[in-house]
Amino acid sequence: MIFKAPLLRVVTKIIVPPIILFALYVQFHGDFGPGGGFQAGVIMAAAFILYGLVYGVSTARQAITADVTRVILALGVLLFGGTGIVTMLMGAEFLDYSVLGKTPLAGQHLGILLIEFGVGMTVAGAMITIFFAFAGHGKDGNIALDQENEGGGND
Amino acid sequence: MLTSDPWLILLVVVPLLAAPVCVLLRNATAAWAVALVVSWSIFGIAVKLLIQVLEQGEVFYRIGGWDAPWGIEYKLDPLGAFVVVIIATIGAVVIPYAKKSVENEIQKERIYLFYTMMLLCISGLLGITVTGDAFNLFVFLEISSLSSYVLISMGQDRRALTAAYRYLIMGTIGATFYIIGVGLMYQMTGSLNFADLSTIMPAIADTRTVLAALAFLTVGISLKLALFPLHMWLPNAYTFAPSAVTAFLAATATKVSLYVLLRIFFTVFGEVDLFATFPLQPVLIGMALAGMFLASLSAIWQENLKRMMAYSSVAQIGYMVLGVALATEAGLAGGIIHLFNHALVKGTAFLAIGAIIYSTGAVTLRDLRGVGKSMPLLMAAFIVAGLGLIGVPLTAGFVSKWQLVTATLEADMWPLAALILLSSLLAVIYVWRIFEVAYLRDSHLAPVKIIKKLPLSMLIPTWILALASLYFGTHATLTMDIAHTAARQLMGGM
Repeated sequence: MIFKAPLLRVVTKIIVPPIILFALYVQFHGDFGPGGGFQAGVIMAAAFILYGLVYGVSTARQAITADVTRVILALGVLLFGGTGIVTMLMGAEFLDYSVLGKTPLAGQHLGILLIEFGVGMTVAGAMITIFFAFAGHGKDGNIALDQENEGGGND
Repeated sequence: MLTSDPWLILLVVVPLLAAPVCVLLRNATAAWAVALVVSWSIFGIAVKLLIQVLEQGEVFYRIGGWDAPWGIEYKLDPLGAFVVVIIATIGAVVIPYAKKSVENEIQKERIYLFYTMMLLCISGLLGITVTGDAFNLFVFLEISSLSSYVLISMGQDRRALTAAYRYLIMGTIGATFYIIGVGLMYQMTGSLNFADLSTIMPAIADTRTVLAALAFLTVGISLKLALFPLHMWLPNAYTFAPSAVTAFLAATATKVSLYVLLRIFFTVFGEVDLFATFPLQPVLIGMALAGMFLASLSAIWQENLKRMMAYSSVAQIGYMVLGVALATEAGLAGGIIHLFNHALVKGTAFLAIGAIIYSTGAVTLRDLRGVGKSMPLLMAAFIVAGLGLIGVPLTAGFVSKWQLVTATLEADMWPLAALILLSSLLAVIYVWRIFEVAYLRDSHLAPVKIIKKLPLSMLIPTWILALASLYFGTHATLTMDIAHTAARQLMGGM
């Protein structure tokens, strides 16, 4: 389904960038105010889903291809776990961020920022993948089949 | 202050992080190589940890440096270490086997996803076993379950999708019940740590909330365990999943669920005399017996080899639960040793079936006439597994059944001992049906044709498990000692 109404198409084009910007705000301001990786990931995905709803799935897939979402999904998990491995290499326990900075406070700050960014990436990737897998179903069975298995990524 | 042992966390984190690496590689062979290296390193770590636990006592890890009960604590006791070794062994044997089998059964462009899911599943199952935290256990339960739904849906047959969907629905109900139970316990105790819960539990054990929690936990885990009559998802899931997946899940997933059941009954409720307070024993024994007999009877009538072995699995789960339900040290030891032995035996059986499918393309009994002559080495391994299922002396199955029978006699429940022997006779029938088709039936006709030569990478893993089941059938001291240590510790409360 592609909306032909010019009003919808123009408004979507205008509000997609602010949505992405807001997602990044929720992501990186998460440790001072309400927010965090999961919420940011969902808002980020909403931008692409809105674009897909109005301009059609194939147009949206040109903006963010299946390969890109797949890589984002995987990198998010790796960033989360990798942070834990780095803390272990620095002599602390898994995910003990205190050693990441000069002071434990700075370390905790950096650590939570990193793992929340990992969560955000994976959630955004998973949401976009799930939406396009379902939205693309029936119209192009192969694409849908190809993406079915991606939903298993856990954050 | 307890020191953290980094090997314990690596056991879970290495496969967990190897999974996204496989996604990034997007190449079947590279993903397989990653999975192979990871599964073998895990095996090494698991054996090291088992030795360490047996010699020096429990191993701990504090995630993020937070002390239990506030932080998530990983803790490995003899029972946990034993289960970890089972998962790691089966993983290390199945991954090399999977290469050829999967190339034959799964579309090429999806193979890297297969290894991704396999690694996630291994990570989830290991996580369940090492964690000392009820909620963390739920997270790993979901990781292992979600990945196993995907793995099952990858089967060639389109019915694999409905089988996976059915398992998804049943598994989700099971996981939901588990988390409801954990939530109720948290409401009453304010704690999620198993060790901490067990100290608080005696004071509130007779409240209705805790009773409801116990009911939800038992039913939820029994669903994942496929305890009769909650096993309805299992036969189809095992039948239509890719062969390597069936072998892996049959040997590990239900075993880990039994481990969770033991953890809840004998650690969380360890200070409460659970079996004296609640009518748990007759219910569990009843379901175990029903499973042993009805599932074995169903197995006899199956034409599809995979489905026959799947029903046989439901029956074997009955034996394990029977051991647990006795709630004596000998009974628990019987359940725990059967957990290990059945993993070896059923692993061998499903690996052999996978090899038959690879070479002949057939899986139903009537298409397999004379397969014992076409594939003598492979069928010999299958027969070893079959004898193990019956519990013939010299096989691993005998050791566990012997222990179970001894335990029932010690508990003065000799009718149960008779029923164990009687249900073993049912196993004789379905194993005989396979034997007859493979070696005896219509021997004047040409045996089934070999389409593809069986690669050594599939034959050797099958024989490794078959030989292991023979070895542990004749040298049972090591495994029996571990099972007894684990059982003693469970019965001692903590």
